[in-house]
Amino acid sequence: MVAFAGAAVQLLLALFLLLAYWQQRSSGNMAAMLFQEDYTWYYSFNIHYHIGVDGIAVSMILLTAFVVLAGVLVSWDTDNMSKEFFFLLLFLSAGAYGFFISLDVFMLFFFLELAVIPKFLLIGIWGSGKKEYSAMKLALMLMAGSALVFTGLVGLYFNTTVTNAAHSFDILQIAKMDIPLKVQLLFFPFVFIGFGIFGALFPFHTWVPDGHSAAPTAASMFLAGISMKLGGYGCLRVATYLMPDAAHVYAPYIIALATIAIIYGAFATMMQKDLKYINAYSSVSHCGFVLLGIGMLTKTSITGAVMQMVSHGLMTALFFAAIGMLYSRTHTRMLDKLGGLLKIMPFISSVFVLAGLCSLGLPGLSGFVAEMTVFMGAWQNPDGLYRLATILACASIVVTAVYILRAVAQTVMGPVTDSHYNNLSDAKWNERLAAFLLLLGIVAIGVAPFWLNRLVTPAAEIIIQQLGRAVN
Amino acid sequence: MIAQFFLLARQELALTLIIFVLLFIKVGSKEWTNAALLNLVNALLLLNFLFGFLLNDEGVLFNEMFRTGKLVVLEKNILNLATLLVSLIGWDWLKQHKHVVEFYVLLLSTLLGMFFMISAGNLLMFYLGLELSGIPLAAIVNFDLEKRHSSEAAMKFIISSAFSSGLLLFGISMVYGTTGTLVFSELPPLLTGSALQLFAMVLLMAGFAFKISVVPFHLWTADVYEGSPVIVTAYLSVVSKGAAVFVFVSVLYTVLRPLAEAWYSIVFLLSVLTMCVGNLFALRQTNFKRLLAFSSIAQAGFILVGISGSSPAGMASAVYFILVYVFSNLGAFGVIAIVSALAGRENSTDYKGFYKTNPFLAWVLALALFSLAGIPPAAGFFGKFFLLIAGAGKGNYILITIAALNMIVSLYYYLKIVKYMFIDRHEQEPIAKLPVHLYPKIALVVCIAGIIVLGLISHVYEYIFSVSIL
Repeated sequence: MVAFAGAAVQLLLALFLLLAYWQQRSSGNMAAMLFQEDYTWYYSFNIHYHIGVDGIAVSMILLTAFVVLAGVLVSWDTDNMSKEFFFLLLFLSAGAYGFFISLDVFMLFFFLELAVIPKFLLIGIWGSGKKEYSAMKLALMLMAGSALVFTGLVGLYFNTTVTNAAHSFDILQIAKMDIPLKVQLLFFPFVFIGFGIFGALFPFHTWVPDGHSAAPTAASMFLAGISMKLGGYGCLRVATYLMPDAAHVYAPYIIALATIAIIYGAFATMMQKDLKYINAYSSVSHCGFVLLGIGMLTKTSITGAVMQMVSHGLMTALFFAAIGMLYSRTHTRMLDKLGGLLKIMPFISSVFVLAGLCSLGLPGLSGFVAEMTVFMGAWQNPDGLYRLATILACASIVVTAVYILRAVAQTVMGPVTDSHYNNLSDAKWNERLAAFLLLLGIVAIGVAPFWLNRLVTPAAEIIIQQLGRAVN
Repeated sequence: MIAQFFLLARQELALTLIIFVLLFIKVGSKEWTNAALLNLVNALLLLNFLFGFLLNDEGVLFNEMFRTGKLVVLEKNILNLATLLVSLIGWDWLKQHKHVVEFYVLLLSTLLGMFFMISAGNLLMFYLGLELSGIPLAAIVNFDLEKRHSSEAAMKFIISSAFSSGLLLFGISMVYGTTGTLVFSELPPLLTGSALQLFAMVLLMAGFAFKISVVPFHLWTADVYEGSPVIVTAYLSVVSKGAAVFVFVSVLYTVLRPLAEAWYSIVFLLSVLTMCVGNLFALRQTNFKRLLAFSSIAQAGFILVGISGSSPAGMASAVYFILVYVFSNLGAFGVIAIVSALAGRENSTDYKGFYKTNPFLAWVLALALFSLAGIPPAAGFFGKFFLLIAGAGKGNYILITIAALNMIVSLYYYLKIVKYMFIDRHEQEPIAKLPVHLYPKIALVVCIAGIIVLGLISHVYEYIFSVSIL
């Protein structure tokens, strides 16, 4: 109950932030970051407590608020150590919020690591299946990611110069400096791959399927919905924004890896029999679009990448919520054991179908809008290789359609495979509310994408200016 | 002169006073119960700790044999605090022991030796302090009087410690032979980097490496840690190591400054070896004390990373890390001491299902382990971060990368313990609910508070930084 109240307050605050942000923007405040607060934390290292938001951060915060509230709602009935469960869940969300508002890379790193251990405990204690293996794998891989980020950030730090202090961790200050190309080329891979591990960059995505499938429902929602976005956001805000020259140099590699992830993820999903694995692998594929959008380095594609992050966050959280509801009733997630659930649990099944449709990019839902924006942005690159990558990524949607439709058909259509299923009940109020919240977000983006677009575009523009400055 | 003596050496005098009080109690006719004795000693140690904060002054005594300053006073305060915490967490074990007075007399003698070592302004004085801290320590390593393991550990400790003292003395004699002086402040201009001086430096560093248990001089650590009583292990790993690190840093940064080029590569090599070996060996340990022994070796490697930066930040981050390490390691050892004294179990697999029966202790241990692993928001995160930044100041990013990778390895074995406590169930019998006495509880709460507060509040680090400018 306390957790619910807390999460609801989070959402209200996030919405309030959104309104305030719009007000500021419409009244003509065009600073890169709004609502900045800046205090010195560690004087001798020039570490600051510096926060502020732009459109990208605001949309990420909104996403976090939605997913956390829905996550708390679906795990309403947790009775095994419930206090600890909700404590860790909210702790995790604190890490995510802190990450998105940080304007000091030390703070950013602090919050990035803050969010690792709660995941380990959530999966290990409340998970299912190979939970210990998965939890350990996830913790160690994410820690490896943050170790790489750390090396990159420290390297960057020692190549900055500011007056009256030796070096700086401040994102806005570093962005104004001309970091030598050699330094950028050296440290960009560290930072990008480090964040890439969080964001399921191929070939460092292997924690994703194991982690997601072993985690309890709320943790899966959080992992796929928010945690993977930490990686995408970090790639964008730290790697690309602070080291624009290197971003240009490495862009082809990023695109190649992202394309592989998209196609590999899609085909790997085809082979899966477990609903959670299906969604986990498809997350790898969908997060490939985020990295593709970032790698293309055009304004539209970066906007698309951010929209894809938001859309995928909501969609995958909804998907995991639906799977969790099914699993808690039928006690199986295997495709071949499920069937005909639409008649028994109309609400859950409809939610499941809608999540699937969003995932395969049905117009009117958020997935379509986001992926379309990425493709349009990607197509602006005239280079042949980039075109090829774009076409391949587009083609993957066909594969997505195959596995989504197959999974949906197998699960909710057809004859009832097990007579026990007939006695099962449909969703309870808390589950309905959670699904409704997430659907609201998905439809709001799908039907009226302009509001998100208007939110993100100015911020993307600033990143593009930074990239343009590098080329000149 | 007299007034100055009382002012500058007041922390040493206070300790000496406590030692004498204990001796009088021992020879006196009144029979003391252990509980009353422990109350008295803990009260005295608390007073001693608080007394350390009064009258902060700097100066030298006895022709620079003894010197003190703000940093030195702070370091002694840290050691005082650590000793107090060790004494508190040892309550359950000491209460049943027959020789409490002797234990404290020996313990405080070693602490006195460390104080003289830290304050030394002369290599001879330094050696004297080192020996005073070493020999009583061997005696208390042997304080589980009925256990063979304990005697074995004491034997190993005294032999390796004597060997390292020998190396140090050999090095000191060469320093004297080439320069004609032993006074710290006179040495730097006379160190020219001749072959003999470099050899002397290597011997000195080997001696220090023994005390801090740096690879390849770490072989005594695991056996001694495993064999000694838990609180002696805690004392060894925190106070003894901390004091050695304090002296090591100040000797490297002041006396051996002219040879910085030469010792940098040694420190670099030693830190890489120490981190890697410590962490890799820790992976396979089943005895919890042994595991922490190897983890403490790995931590020493991290400290060397910071020291290699040879900047004020290097010194400040090393001292700060020791302070954080006091809280983290004593938090972990506190729980182990309670479990070992009351349930008699020391294997890490015994902790399976520990959270179900002892939630408070399990959280303390988890938090302490997270701090050791360098996970935010625990102070260990800041400690490690600052050490690595200090180390990166020289532009040696290879070292930083190796250190960062080592943090992943170390996370694995710390998380394994957390997994045992929170996730696993014990097949046979989990550790029963343990009654935690007030004293250990206070110590554990202080440790938790330290772990949480020290990092988030920047003032402690900034103070250390402000006093450690050379």
